[in-house]
Amino acid sequence: MKFKLRVWRQKDPKTKGKLVAYEATEVSPNTSFLEMLDSVNEGLVARGEEPIAFDSDCREGICGTCALTINGEAHGPDHPGAACEVYMRRFKDGATIIVEPFRAKPFPLIKDLVVDRSALDRIVQAGGFVAARAGSAPEANSTLIPKQNADRAMEAAACIGCGACAAACPNASAMLFTAAKVSHLAFLPQGQPERTRRVLKMVTAMDAEGFGNCTNTYECEAVCPADISASLIAKLNREYAVARLRRNAGE
Amino acid sequence: MIGSLDSKTPAGPLAGKWTNHKDHARLVAPNNRRKFEIIVVGSGLAGGSAAATLGELGYNVKCFCYQDSPRRAHSIAAQGGINAAKNYQNDGDSVFRLFYDTIKGGDFRAREANVYRLAEVSNLIIDQCVEQGVPFAREYGGLLANRSFGGAQVSRTFYARGQTGQQLLLGAYQALCRQIAAGTVEMFSQTEMLDVVLVDGHAKGIITRNLVTGKIEAHSGDAVVLATGGYGNVFYLSTNARGCNVTATYRAYKKGALFANPCYTQIHPTCIPVTGQNQSKLTLMSESLRNDGRVWVPKKAGDKRPPAKIPEAERDYYLERKYPSFGNLAPRDISSRSAKEVCDEGRGVGESGRGVYLDFADAIARLGENTIRERYGNLFHIYEKITGENAYERPMRIYPAVHYTMGGLWVDYNLMSNVPGLHVIGEANFSDHGANRLGASALMQGLADGYFVLPYTLPVYLAGQIGKRPSTDHPEFGKAQSEVEARTKKLLSIDGKRSVDSFHKELGLLLWDKCGMARNAAGLREALGRIPELREEFWRDVRVPGEDEEFNQSLERAGRVADFLEFAELMCTDALTRDESCGGHFREEHQTPDGEALRDDENFADVFAWEYQGNGSVAPPKLHREPLVFETVQLTQRSYK
Repeated sequence: MKFKLRVWRQKDPKTKGKLVAYEATEVSPNTSFLEMLDSVNEGLVARGEEPIAFDSDCREGICGTCALTINGEAHGPDHPGAACEVYMRRFKDGATIIVEPFRAKPFPLIKDLVVDRSALDRIVQAGGFVAARAGSAPEANSTLIPKQNADRAMEAAACIGCGACAAACPNASAMLFTAAKVSHLAFLPQGQPERTRRVLKMVTAMDAEGFGNCTNTYECEAVCPADISASLIAKLNREYAVARLRRNAGE
Repeated sequence: MIGSLDSKTPAGPLAGKWTNHKDHARLVAPNNRRKFEIIVVGSGLAGGSAAATLGELGYNVKCFCYQDSPRRAHSIAAQGGINAAKNYQNDGDSVFRLFYDTIKGGDFRAREANVYRLAEVSNLIIDQCVEQGVPFAREYGGLLANRSFGGAQVSRTFYARGQTGQQLLLGAYQALCRQIAAGTVEMFSQTEMLDVVLVDGHAKGIITRNLVTGKIEAHSGDAVVLATGGYGNVFYLSTNARGCNVTATYRAYKKGALFANPCYTQIHPTCIPVTGQNQSKLTLMSESLRNDGRVWVPKKAGDKRPPAKIPEAERDYYLERKYPSFGNLAPRDISSRSAKEVCDEGRGVGESGRGVYLDFADAIARLGENTIRERYGNLFHIYEKITGENAYERPMRIYPAVHYTMGGLWVDYNLMSNVPGLHVIGEANFSDHGANRLGASALMQGLADGYFVLPYTLPVYLAGQIGKRPSTDHPEFGKAQSEVEARTKKLLSIDGKRSVDSFHKELGLLLWDKCGMARNAAGLREALGRIPELREEFWRDVRVPGEDEEFNQSLERAGRVADFLEFAELMCTDALTRDESCGGHFREEHQTPDGEALRDDENFADVFAWEYQGNGSVAPPKLHREPLVFETVQLTQRSYK
C-alpha cells in the first residue's frame, strides 16, 4: 500500500508550525500506524532531514504515551484503541492521511506531534489517591467488595491517561479523565474517607489547568481508548454537587 | 578492588532471617530522615513504590523517569497478575510453597534468603494494594478472586482483568502523586539518567539529560536507587516498551557496580508472532490465557490447512503430551523451547511457520463465550487489533518473544550493589528469579522491593551517612558531566550514513539468533566476534540528526543503542562462560536425552558477577562468583511432567 501524508511539523513552541507532505510507500497492511511513521522517519534520516518527532512507548495501547490526531480524530479511526493500535489495513490504499498532535490549550506543544500533558498528572496530585501508608493496611479480605462494585471501579480505573478526551472535546474538557478517577475511588469502600475532598480538589485543579467544561458532545467517549463511559461525567457532577453541599453544610 | 562477594545474608533458620534482620537493622529516626536526599531513578512498580514509601517516611526524594509521566513506566503493560501466598483458595498454598515454587522455577539459581523474603512479604503487598483502591477481581461474595499461573499447582495469582500491571502501577503512581503534592518527592519526568557519580567510592549523585530541553544536569543525594527495569530491548524486538533500555544499569556497571547473570533472559511463550520487516515491537498475550487455552500444532509437518479443518486426531497438544501434570501451564522457558522445537520440525503455523495455536474452543464450549470475555476480553481485543483475527472463532497464533531479564546489577540482601550507596530494585537487579522467572512474580518483586524491603534496608546504609552528601560543585560531578556532554557531542558529530535503528535491528537479530532461546559455544563466539565490529561501525557511520540542546529522539535512542552495543558483549560473554543449561539459559551442548535443560550444580551453582575492566574485547570483564548456598531446598532436576 502507499499513502500521502500531511504531518504537522513545528520545531519548537515558539516557531510557527505547518502541515508538510510526505509519502509512505511499500507499506504492508499489517504494519501499525506508528511503524509506518518509523519507516517515513528512516527515509528522512537517510535523506539528511530531521525525523518527525512523535511520542510512543508500549505500542500496545496501555501506557497512554502516543497522542496523535489522525484525520481529525484523536487516536485515529479504530476506536476504542490508542494510535499505536491502528493498523494500516484500516486505510484505503492511496489515501491522504493528516497527522496532527493532540490539540488542547492545557497541552502545550513541545515539538512536531509531541505535547506536554503534565496537566493530567497535576489533577491526580490534587487528590486522585487513597492515603494508604505502606505497612498500615488491614488484611485484604477483611473488607468485602461486591463484585459489581469492583467491576465498575475497574471499568473506570482502566483510563490510560492519554488525554484524548480533552483533545477531542471542543471545550478541551478533561472531565472524562477526572470523572474516571473520581468514580474509580468512589465505587470502593477504601475511597470513602477522602471522597468529598478528593472530588473538590480534583475539579479545582482541573479548572486551574485551563480545561473547559462538559457540554455533552460525547466526543470524549467516542475517542476514549479505554472505552470509559461518558455517564461517569454525570457521576462526577453528582459527586461534586454532593461534596459542595456537604462542605457548605460544614460536614 | 572487589573482595569476595558478601551477600550479607542474615544467619539463622530461613523462615526467621528477615524478621531477625529487621529486628537488628540500623534505623534512621524520623527527625533525621528529612536530612537525607534519596535519588530514585525509575518510576515503575519498584521505583514508584519506593519513592512514594520513602517520601511517606519523611525522606526527601528526587524521582526521575524518561517517560512524560511516572504513570507510563513499562510496569503498566504487565497483564496477568501478582502472586501471593494468601492461600485464600484453601488449596495448600503457603509462604514456603511460594518460596519453593519460585526457587525451583528459577532452576535453583537464585539466593534462598532473598526468595524466601519475597514470598514472606507477598501477602502484605495484596493488603497494601487493596487499601490503595486497586480493583482486583472479586467473587460474588465480595472476596478476592484468584487464578492459577505457570509453574504452580495452586491458585495464588491476584489479578485485575488482563491489566494487573496497570492497576498496580496506578496504585503506586497515585501514592507517588500524593507525596509529590506533599512536597516530599520532587518528580523529574522526561529526564534520563546518563551517569552515576561516585564520591570517595560511594554513589552520591547522578547526571541527567532533560529530554525536552536537552540540558545536562547534576543531582547529588545521600543514596542512589536504580529502578530502571530490564535490558530486553537489547534484542530490538521484545515485548518491552520502545524506550526501555540498559543505560542506567550499564553506566553504573562502568562505574564499578557488578553486573550479575546478564545471560539470564526470559523468552515468553505467548506472544503474537512477528509479521513483517518493519515491526517495532512484539506484543505479549498474557500467560494467564494458558489457563483456558490449549496449545497445539498439526501432527504432520507442512500441514497448511486452516485450523478448523484439522481433525482432533491430527493435532498434537504437545505441552499436554509432554508435561501431563502441568500441561499448558508448564513454566515459560520450557513452553518456549517446546514451541521452537515444533516449529523447527516444520509444524509451525501461520504465514511465517513460526507460530503455534492457542485454542479456546474447548473453554468456550465449557464456560461460554461470556466467561472467556470477562476473563480475557481485553487480550482478545488486542489480538484482533494486531492480527485482524477473531480469537473467539479461530485459535490465536502465538510464538515466544523476549519479555523479561532475570539478570541485573548484583545486590546483597539489603539490595545494595557492591558500590556503597547504590541500591538496585525490581527488574534492574538480579536477585530473586534465578535463571527463569515464574509468571506473576515480577509485579510481586517490584512492589516487595519498593514497599516492604528497601524502606527497611536503605537505613542500614544511611545511618552512617548523616551530613556526608556532597554538593554538585564537587569535582566528580563536573567530571562526569563533561564526559556525558562529550559523548553527546560525539554522537551528533559522526554524521555517517546509517540510522540508529538500523544498528539496533542488526544487533537484535544477531542476538536472537546466537543468544536467544538456544545458545551454543560456536554461535556465541561468532556473536562475540561480530559485536565489536558492529560497535565500531556504529561509532564511525551512525547518523544522529538534530542538536543536543533540544527535544531530540534520535539522540536519545543513539545513546541507548550505543550502550546496548557494549552490553551485548557482556551478555554473550556470560552465556559462553556459563557452560551449563539452566532455566532460560539453554546451552545446546547441555541437555537431557529428552531435550530438557541440564544443569551442572557442581561447577555452576553460583552467581556470575562481572566487573568492568574496559571496553569489550580490549579488556574482558573480570568474573566474580558468589556461591549459592542451599540450606533448605534440595537441588533436583526440574520436572514438570
